[in-house]
Amino acid sequence: MSSGTLDAGRADASRVAAQAEIEARTPPAAERRPKRPTPVRILVVTLLVVSTIVFIYPFVWLVSASFKPRGEVFDNRLVPQTFTLDNYVQVWQEAPMALWLLNTLIVTVLACVTVTISSALVAWGFAYFRFRGRGVLFGLVLATMMLPGAVTMIPTFLIWNALGMTGTLTPLWAGNLFGSAFYIFLLRQFFLGLPRELFEAARIDGANNWTIFRRIALPLTKPALVVTLLFEFQAAWTDLMRPLIYLRDSSTFTIPRGLKALVDQFGFGGEWHWEIIVTASVITTVPMIILFFLGQRHFVEGIATTGTKG
Amino acid sequence: MSTVARVAGPGVAAENPQRLRARRARKRQNLRAALLFLSPWILGFLVFTAWPVIYSAYLSFTDYDVINDPTFVGLENYQRMMEDPKVRLSLWNTFVYTVLHVPLYTIFSLGLALLLNQAGRASGFFRTAFFLPKMTPPVAVGVLLLLLFNGQDGLINEVLGWFGIDGPNWTTDQNWIKPGLVLMSLWAVGSSVIILLAALRNVPAELYDSARVDGASFWQQTRRITVPMISGAIFFVVIVNTIASFQIFTEAYTAFFGSGNTTYSNDAALFYVIYLFQQGFEALNMGYASALAWLLFVIILIFTAIQLAVSRRYVYYEGEGR
Repeated sequence: MSSGTLDAGRADASRVAAQAEIEARTPPAAERRPKRPTPVRILVVTLLVVSTIVFIYPFVWLVSASFKPRGEVFDNRLVPQTFTLDNYVQVWQEAPMALWLLNTLIVTVLACVTVTISSALVAWGFAYFRFRGRGVLFGLVLATMMLPGAVTMIPTFLIWNALGMTGTLTPLWAGNLFGSAFYIFLLRQFFLGLPRELFEAARIDGANNWTIFRRIALPLTKPALVVTLLFEFQAAWTDLMRPLIYLRDSSTFTIPRGLKALVDQFGFGGEWHWEIIVTASVITTVPMIILFFLGQRHFVEGIATTGTKG
Repeated sequence: MSTVARVAGPGVAAENPQRLRARRARKRQNLRAALLFLSPWILGFLVFTAWPVIYSAYLSFTDYDVINDPTFVGLENYQRMMEDPKVRLSLWNTFVYTVLHVPLYTIFSLGLALLLNQAGRASGFFRTAFFLPKMTPPVAVGVLLLLLFNGQDGLINEVLGWFGIDGPNWTTDQNWIKPGLVLMSLWAVGSSVIILLAALRNVPAELYDSARVDGASFWQQTRRITVPMISGAIFFVVIVNTIASFQIFTEAYTAFFGSGNTTYSNDAALFYVIYLFQQGFEALNMGYASALAWLLFVIILIFTAIQLAVSRRYVYYEGEGR
């Protein structure tokens, strides 16, 4: 990715913008052909429908099971034979679900807001300023992406431990104050796609570095900022490893950590109370589904760009 | 400042010293502004990457339980690693999982992307359906694994039963735990499908037009045009998934480990990072866990290097002019 990166970066922002348009205007190759239900076409549609069922059915199964009484969770019926809301009442009584949701929300919002701001600042530093050693420094950013989390996991724990913050929510998000390599990379690509003349013009008009960043560069990078927010929202919401490492007391749990605790308590711990585990799983998952439908376009575009970069 | 002098060169030396000074000041100001923007990352890099890497390397030569100070033990941790049957077991498990997961996942996502590319106007709908599982928190995926792959009443075995197949005990039979995890992992294939689909849409239509004129079949077009043209994206999917599957943790940990797990024997699901986590944070053998982490790092580096070398031979990047 050495020499091509810069040009690729310039083209990127416009490419992503164009992508949506292309999708809207030019129909894919298959559509331009006359529409007769050829055997191939029937096969394609059948496979699409079958795979859609495979992908969606586990959700339907899970939601449906959460409305079934204990004895019927495994009956694999689409519509519950006996419809009950008891599981939701019970899970709320057995576990501090509201508190877990609140903890998760706090961590998630702080994580995604801080990482977006800090990564944008750093990305701008790499994209706009020209100085000696920039290439080496940016290479270092990329290199940190290759480092498995396992290597830094233990010393990082020791840092938070020394600061007396294990057991609190802080270690779950505060690392994000310093930017994250992947988002720095992503945002830098977008900044490089903006025409430089824009900033030179603003400078002539007397804008300082901060104004150029805040008033011109940031507003133009909104799609990439949204992608960063959404990606990190999902990452922070679904993380289990860090809550396992840092949280001991169940009142500080995030919802995935809480769900794991319920699996341990109502599953491995004795008789399987699947209805509680199923219901807690639904409560853990639904916010992510809502998030996806709110930001679907950004998710898809964000992921498509990460793949066309490498 | 020597930089400025070198850049300025002899030609500029004749320049008005006042202007030279102004230019230097501007350069210094520019650097200061840049560093200000970069400061969060520089600070974070020093505290949360550079120091941890160095300290982790140091810890790997010590015995450390958090409560007492680390004591230097030389290569003992690395020796122990060689003899530890659980290291061998977890490496084997991780290797088997990776070997099953990566090819299946890649082929499956490629197949789905090819299908989506033929879907025409409805592709948006199907794309959403394919992507949704990726939004499911891995903990919930672990739960779903226990539910859907349940040997007695699970949905998977019920469906297999329709075809007269007596499904195995996916979650308890040591031979079927890893295949079950691999199949479950295929459910969250969505982001790779999107990456490959984006690559497919970038393949110039002229290539297919001329191939069709030459009478190439769909299969020939796929093999000779599509796959080579998107080999860059395929390679990206392969390398990212290989690195990720070496570090598989959450789904397997949720389904087969944790406090009070008396139900399942879990040797078949003991993956490397799970063992590392147990050593580091459950047994508090932080020195030994650090040594384990370094072994993982070296293994990932070697595999990534091999894949990069292989890709040079097979991957085509547009505009490379080969």
